[in-house]
This record gives sequence, C-alpha cells and structure tokens, in this order.
Amino acid sequence: MAEAEVTHQEAHAAEAHAHAPGVHHHAPPSGFIRKYIFSIDHKVIGIQYLLLALVSVFVGLVMSVLMRMNLTWPGTEWPILGTLFPDGAPNGVMSPEFYLSLVTMHGTIMVFFVLTTAPQGGFGNYFLPIQIGADDMAFPYLNMLSFWVTFVGLVVILAAIFASGSPSTVGPTGGWTGYPPLSAVGDILNVPGQGMGMNLWIISIAIFCVASLLGALNFIVTLLNLRTRGMSLMRMPLTCWAWFTTAILALLSFPVLLAAGILLLLDRTAGTSFFVPGGLSNGSGIEALKTYSGGSPILWQHLFWFFGHPEVYIAILPGMGATSHILSTFARKPVFGYRAMVFAMFAIGLLGFFVWGHHMFISGMSPYTGFAFSILTLSIGVPSAIKTFNWLGTLWGARIRFTTPMLFAIGFVSLFVAGGITGLVLGQTSLDLSMHDTYFVLAHFHLVMGVAAIFGMFAGMYFWFPKMFGRMMSERLGKIHFWPTMIGVYGIFIPMHAMGIVGMPRRYSQFHEVINGQEVMIYEFLRTTPGLVKFVTWSAIVTALAQLIFLFNFVYSIFRGERASDNPWDATTLEWTTATPPPHDNFGGQVPVVYRGAYEYSVPGAPQDFVMQTTPDETEANAPPDGAAGVQGQGDGGNGHR
Amino acid sequence: MGRALAVFIWVMTILSVWMFLDGRWWFPKSITEHGPAYDQQFVLTIVVVGVAFAAAQVALGYAVWRFRDTGDGSRAVYSHGNNRMEILWTAITAVVFITVAVLGQRVWAGLHFEPAPPDSNHVRVVAQQFQWNFHYAGPDGKFGRTDPAKISDESLNFIGLDSADPAAADDAVVATLVTQAGRPVELNLTARDVTHSLWVPPLRFKQDLVPGLDIKVHFKPLQVGQYEIACAELCGQQHYKMKSFMLVLPEDEHRQLTSLPQAQFQAQVTQLLKKYPVKYD
Repeated sequence: MAEAEVTHQEAHAAEAHAHAPGVHHHAPPSGFIRKYIFSIDHKVIGIQYLLLALVSVFVGLVMSVLMRMNLTWPGTEWPILGTLFPDGAPNGVMSPEFYLSLVTMHGTIMVFFVLTTAPQGGFGNYFLPIQIGADDMAFPYLNMLSFWVTFVGLVVILAAIFASGSPSTVGPTGGWTGYPPLSAVGDILNVPGQGMGMNLWIISIAIFCVASLLGALNFIVTLLNLRTRGMSLMRMPLTCWAWFTTAILALLSFPVLLAAGILLLLDRTAGTSFFVPGGLSNGSGIEALKTYSGGSPILWQHLFWFFGHPEVYIAILPGMGATSHILSTFARKPVFGYRAMVFAMFAIGLLGFFVWGHHMFISGMSPYTGFAFSILTLSIGVPSAIKTFNWLGTLWGARIRFTTPMLFAIGFVSLFVAGGITGLVLGQTSLDLSMHDTYFVLAHFHLVMGVAAIFGMFAGMYFWFPKMFGRMMSERLGKIHFWPTMIGVYGIFIPMHAMGIVGMPRRYSQFHEVINGQEVMIYEFLRTTPGLVKFVTWSAIVTALAQLIFLFNFVYSIFRGERASDNPWDATTLEWTTATPPPHDNFGGQVPVVYRGAYEYSVPGAPQDFVMQTTPDETEANAPPDGAAGVQGQGDGGNGHR
Repeated sequence: MGRALAVFIWVMTILSVWMFLDGRWWFPKSITEHGPAYDQQFVLTIVVVGVAFAAAQVALGYAVWRFRDTGDGSRAVYSHGNNRMEILWTAITAVVFITVAVLGQRVWAGLHFEPAPPDSNHVRVVAQQFQWNFHYAGPDGKFGRTDPAKISDESLNFIGLDSADPAAADDAVVATLVTQAGRPVELNLTARDVTHSLWVPPLRFKQDLVPGLDIKVHFKPLQVGQYEIACAELCGQQHYKMKSFMLVLPEDEHRQLTSLPQAQFQAQVTQLLKKYPVKYD
C-alpha cells in the first residue's frame, strides 16, 4: 500500500506544489545554532515552545504547593524557605505578601506561559503544518520571532521574581488579573510587591501579547493557504479546526490586553489616570495620590476580561481538538458529528467574545448589563454540551484501546464536564452574588481551563511524542502517571466547591492562626472547612509528586524509549504518513494528496480498521480526489468523510 | 484498565454528589428577605447541574466499561453521527440552560433593579486598607459632607468627615455595620484607596466597593444577631484579615443606638457585640 501511495503522490507532486505557493523551500540548516536555537523549522519551534511550557509549568506547580502548605499549616517554620527567602519568609514563616506574590505568579505563569503556549505554540506549531500537508508555516521567520519574543516574556516575568522591588515578595501581589487601583497606586500605598515587579509583570504580558499576535497571524495564514491537495476544510482533523479557532481568538483578544497593559504602565510610571479615579487617600494626605483624577477602575476590568474570557477558550480549545482526535483514534471510530463539532467550536469561540461581563457582576457595573451577559453566558453551555454529547457518541459502539493518551483524553472529557457544568451556577447573576470570588470559582476554572486543558496536553504529549522524538514514551510509566494525577486533581478541586458554598474567599493567605498551639479560625463561618483544606493540600502534594513520573518518562524516553514506527497508533492523519521523526520538509519532497476525511476508522470492507487520509480508493486512483464516491458510512454528519 | 477507569469515574461521581448532599458544607443560614429565593434558585440549579454531571459521568463510565477493545478482531460501529440526535440534545440543553438563566435573574432584579423601599435605613460604607468604616447620619437623618482632603487616620477621621458641616455634628463613624431586623437598609458603598468587596455570607450577596463610584445596594435583614464581614476583593497584604462585624438589632435597640453621638455609639456597639455573639447554625 505504501508503495502505491508514493507513486501516486509523485504523480501529483508537481501539481500540488502549485497549491502551496507561500512555502519557502529552505534547505535544512547545518549549524547547531540555526538548527536548534534560532531555527525556522516549525517542528523545532514547536518543541521549543513545549520545553518553555514545561519549565514554566514546574515553576507554577511548585508555587501552588507552597500556597497549599501555607493555607494548611500557617505559621509553620520551613527552614528551607527561610534560607531561600530571608525576607519573604522570615524564619521560614511565609508572609502574607509572599503568599500573594505566589498567587499572582502562579496564575500569570500558568495562564500565559503554559496554557497559552504549550497547546497552541507547541503542539499547534509542530502538527498544524504536517496535518494539513504543508512543509512549514507560512512565515517561518515570523514563527521563530514569535517563539523568541515569548521567551523574552518569560525571562521578564521570571525577573519579576528576583527584581520584584520589595524583598519580602517573589513578584507582584496584584493577582493575575492585576486590578487597579491596587496595581496602579499600590506602591504609593506602601503595599509590598507593587514596585518594580509590577512593572515587569505588565511588560512581560505586553511582550507576550505581541508574540501571541504574531503567532496567531501565522497560524491563520498557514491554515487557509497551505493545505495540500484534497485537504478541504471539512477534511481537516479537528485539531486543526481547534488551532485555527484559537488563533482567531488570540488575534482579536490579545491586542486589547496589550493596549490595557500599556495604559496601566503609563498610570504607574507617567502620571496618567486611565484607571485611577480622583479623591484617593492613604489616610495621611500623601501628595502622590492627588495627581490622579478621572480614571475608571472598572474600565480596566472590561478591557482585561474582554481578553480574559476568550483566553479561557484559547487554553481549552486545543485540548478539545486533541481530545476529539485522540478519542476517535483509540475508539477506532469516526468522530461522532464532525460537522457539529466544528460548528460548536466556532460557536464557543464567537460567544466567548460576548460574555466577559460575567467576571464583573459584582464589580459595580450596570446591573442591566449583568442581565444580558448572564443570558449570553449560559448560552455557551449549549455548544459545550454538544461537544460532550459528541465525545460520548464517539465512544459509543467503539473498540477502545486504553493507551495512555486515551486515558488522558477520557480524563479530559470527565474533567471538562465536571468543571464546565458549574458555569451554570456562576453564570447566573443572582447566584454569583454569593459565589463570586470564592473557592467555588477556583474549583470551576481550575477544572476546566487548568486541569482539563493540561489533560489535553498530556494526551497530546503521550500521543505525539513518538512522532516528535522517534521513540515511544513508556506506557507503564504513563499509566502510573495517569492514576494519581486523575485521582489527585479530583481530590483537589471537588472539595473546593464545598469550601466555596460555605463562603471561603479566594486569595486569602490563611484562614486560621495558630495561637498557643490551638488552631483558631479567623472567620467563624469557615469553621467546617479545615478538614477539607488539609485534604486538598495532601491531594495537591500527591498530584504534584506524580508529575515527576511524567518528567522522568519524558526525559528517559527521549534517549532510551523504544523506537517508534511511522504510525505506531494505527492512525489516519497526515502526520502518521511521514517518517518518524519527520524530515526537515515534513514529507521528504513528496506532497501528500488527501482523499478522505480525517477519521476513517472501522470502515466496513477496508483491509484494516483504519484508512489513512492519503489512501485512494481503488476506483479513484486516477480520478480527481474530490469527486469519486467512497464507502458511505451509516448515519449523518460525515460531511467530507467518504 | 477500562473497567478500573469506569469504576473510578462512578465512585468519584458518587463522592461528589455526596459532598453536596452531606450538609456539613453548606451556606450559613440566610438572614435576609431575599435569602430564601436565593437558596431556592441555588438548589434548583445545583439539582440541574448535579443531574447533568452525574448523567454525563455515568454515561462516560458506561461507555468506557462496555466498549473496550476485547481483542476479538471485531470492528467498531462505523457511524459519523446522527443529525436528529444532535438537534434533539441541542434543543434540550438550550431550553434547560436558558430557562435556568432567566430564573436566575430574579434575586438579582430584586436587589438591583428595584429601588430601596422608602422606609429604608441608610448607611454609608467607606472601605480602606484594611478596615471597614460605616457612617451613620444620626438623628437629623442627614449625612455630613465628606472630603477626601480631610481624611486623616491620625485624628481618626477615616472618611474625611467635614466638621464644618452642621449635618456632620451628630454623625457617627464606626467599624461595625448596624442594621435593624425587619427593616430594609440601603448601603451606599465606596472605597478610599483600592477596590474592596463587602462579603457577609448569610446575606447571600457581595458587592465591590470601588474608589470613585457610589454603589447602592439594599436588603432586608430579618434575623437578630451578629455576623462576620469579610473582604472578597484582593486589596493588599492584610486582605485576609480585613474583618469586621454586622449587627442586626431589634427595633428599639437600633433606634436607641443610632441616635447616639460618636463616642457613646462606639461604646454601645461594643456592648451589643458582646450581647449578640457570632453564631451560625
């Protein structure tokens, strides 16, 4: 079969080149620096993004464990903390401002440098061109630039840890949302962690915005212009649809954050007053506050969340794409309702731009606006439910192979439901009155955009690792990684719902004090929560430790993993038609021609239980790829699948 | 592996549902007029959410259990979907979600769309790092003028009350929110430095206090007692300890207290805080 395919591809090669006029046929670089550092190969850049995210995720993870420790055992002396941070944790006891800087940095690093980079910049960069049959991104130099600008952003945010401006913090203390006036005049008010670190935080985010913008442009142009012969839009893998939708969201939302960040920076450094109203006081008539007048703190919230809500989907959509892709592969079944999945993804992306106000119900925004935002917010539940139903439909009647990537993909579905469904509570203006800024919100968004998105990445990593590195990751270690992670994340986040209902506010550095060896609750209404707090912390510690198994597996498998074949999973899409790992130009001078949709599994009468996208039907070997009749599957929705 | 995963998903679902039903981790009892409507909407929503959550997880577990590859060489069902089912479940979720969304506006509308009843008490709230100031008009019913330039923590004038204004003479500013059982109260909220948020769990609402804005909310407390006030919007390093108290008093005690001038007001509040200790049940 492979032989026939090659001949066929050769026959179409010259013609297909004409379909990809934008591709630069650059020769493979020879020097180390051009090959691995300042590379313009999308595959190297993809791996660079993944490594950047891997470093970031462990920094963010350690911070979250430190936070949990302080919440559970406040006042405990941790000698190692005292040694590392003599000001932030004098005698090893964490200060409240140290905790708040952990909150801020954990959120910022995770949202920007993990959830936005790995799924899109990492996997998207590596696999979008291959899955559509292109030999690189449309603008390879721009691609390189996107990564290195992101890298600078990471360096700046890490610099905020060490150059925060107040010795007692490890970065700014305004939360990842950086609400002014605190983030604008905090320094004047003598709030620790509102000095240079805050400026660096803004600068880092601004740099990140630029990088994402460049990346988004590149993704969109590549997908629209560089699809190979026969790769109509409705034949694309759902991963490509997800990366495409994500790129559109990024293109439209990051500029707004960029503008907001610049304005905030001006408020801090140039005496402008975009977000700071007049009449502020620190209680002693300080002059520095009197220069401000006429700004609106709520304006920042509008701009921030206009970006911030689409950002949630930027984090989760690629995970949805990967999950659909992987579920279908290991269910050995076509994606249920492919077309509905595409529309649902676009509906989520589109509606995602009209719901930012649900983050602001209690902000003082007009209550009538809140009403409108609420109805729109709950409508997003509809396309989200469509996706869930279709995932279940894909599994129904399947022959599931429980590989590690499949376990994480199923975990994604479970977590997405668990986290997404509580949006029905928080999206209601009335119920948000009580739930806002409590642990209920933490549980909701961590499950959905945090953990589910991370599960999507784990699924993608275990799935695509063989293609990227030419070796398999250990399945045994993968499963040992999966179980404590799956159990652990539920152990962390389900109890947080209960804490939120009781009323536990987020961003509190502690909930009890230890006085004469007795734990005394600061707030009596939280008296039933200490058991839950401990349970969550232990779950977090177990989950965090389990990630070391992944790290070991990742590093070990790069060097010692079992050699991977070209198509170890019996999958159908273009990345599995080429060599492992793919050559510099992805398809070794061949241009793949696509004859069918992306998920042709268990086709009746086919010699194997999968038919690759490049496999022509016998009757159409010489016919144009778009016209001939193929095997008709039962049921609807298989548009583009033949 | 598939069966283990199915069992885990089911067990996790049962434990999650149990946690909501157990009752140990629930709201403190509501003490306001709008509270029961809130609780009712919350229970309705959590039932819808719970049923959807459990149904999806149980179905996922079932699929994972039932449709594993047994290695017998048989193939999966070759289907690309079913438009009728797509339309059906889209319609059902749309109807359920939008209905819940519309019902979910009732408490909100009551709090925010309707003006405070004319017989309401009025309290001005000025939040600051890391303290709550509650400003009472005194017997004349008129709030004295305030001016940010007159704010001075040193002389305990936290809200910049202008002593030149005759209306200010009988005003009191204390750290405790005093309300009257059975009578609506309208709060006029603002902050003098950064954004804070007023959070009293038994009231079933929170509201940000934003510098430069005067935000009004009203509610009717019913249950006499003392309740904790927390700050729910990150405001700086002592955010977690920005704590104060709210008193809901019987009519006579409320009338007597709010007619007192500053010093006696303060002393009397201290007495009342002892008389009505914080108690949640």
